[in-house]
Amino acid sequence: MSASALQTREAPVHVPLNPGDLVRVRDDYPPGHIRTPVYVRGKVGRVTRSFGAFGNPELLAYRLNGPQQELYEVRFLQRDLWSDYSGGPNDSVDLDLYRHWLEKV
Amino acid sequence: MPHDHHDHEHDHAHGHAHAHAPPQPDHKVHSYYQILGVALKELLVEKGVVTADEVRAAIEKRDQITPAHGAKVVARSWVDPLYRIKLLTNANLAVAELGFPMTTTKLVAVENSEEVHNVVVCTLCSCYPRELLGLPPAWYKSRAYRARIVSEPRAVLGEFGTNLPDNVEVRVHDSTADIRYLVIPIQPPGTEGKSEEELAALVTRDSMIGVAEVKAHG
Repeated sequence: MSASALQTREAPVHVPLNPGDLVRVRDDYPPGHIRTPVYVRGKVGRVTRSFGAFGNPELLAYRLNGPQQELYEVRFLQRDLWSDYSGGPNDSVDLDLYRHWLEKV
Repeated sequence: MPHDHHDHEHDHAHGHAHAHAPPQPDHKVHSYYQILGVALKELLVEKGVVTADEVRAAIEKRDQITPAHGAKVVARSWVDPLYRIKLLTNANLAVAELGFPMTTTKLVAVENSEEVHNVVVCTLCSCYPRELLGLPPAWYKSRAYRARIVSEPRAVLGEFGTNLPDNVEVRVHDSTADIRYLVIPIQPPGTEGKSEEELAALVTRDSMIGVAEVKAHG
């Protein structure tokens, strides 16, 4: 895979997110080393904290340099992930997602 | 691999002087990637990038890490409220203070309470706070655990003997990025008078992953 093919997956500018923001995970299925689990793609969650900037694993996996990505903890309600979820109404899954996978709702 | 991989036992008397991987468990069937890993290690040793002893020592060092490290951290957080705050706000600093530096990943400690029960998984692979808990148990890496804990956590917790009331929020942490998680379990009632060392002895690996609670009598 070429560096340009990987680089084009990143939007050029991302505004920072804040705890409380509602975000939708990109419903996208690019090839390569992707850390965003498929089960949350296209799903809406709420940012619960910011961890600061980290190297983008999608580039690091190919020894490519690129801009760091802000990493956020995003909380998804179980009932938003699985329509037949039968546990508690506030049961949740927290995922750590990089900024370029998140779109503010 | 410089030669065909032998599937029989041999005693290194076959006339060439290159490095071999140390003996592996007899019952193990090597997968493609395990063989690739062994081949890579042999080549690195042959080319002098690392020595076999350095690889062995690194494995030995890793194998010596046990959940007792994490248990010390948890016990300290139970007896020292200021330490608990530090652990919740800057976990890397807090665990380094007890002699367990985590230098390559960010650590986040999450506390169980009467309202929230935390449990950790990595659905992509086996990310785990190895500096504090050692190597992950086989079930932690299994497809069944990884798939089910994010979609039916209460059923999985029940299979581990952990049955939570409906009003307790089950919060699963899927650690697929740069953060590693340590669960701070609830200190069991009736253990308030125990020493930090006695408390640490009660804290189990599974309670720090979040599939179990800590019992007052170990």
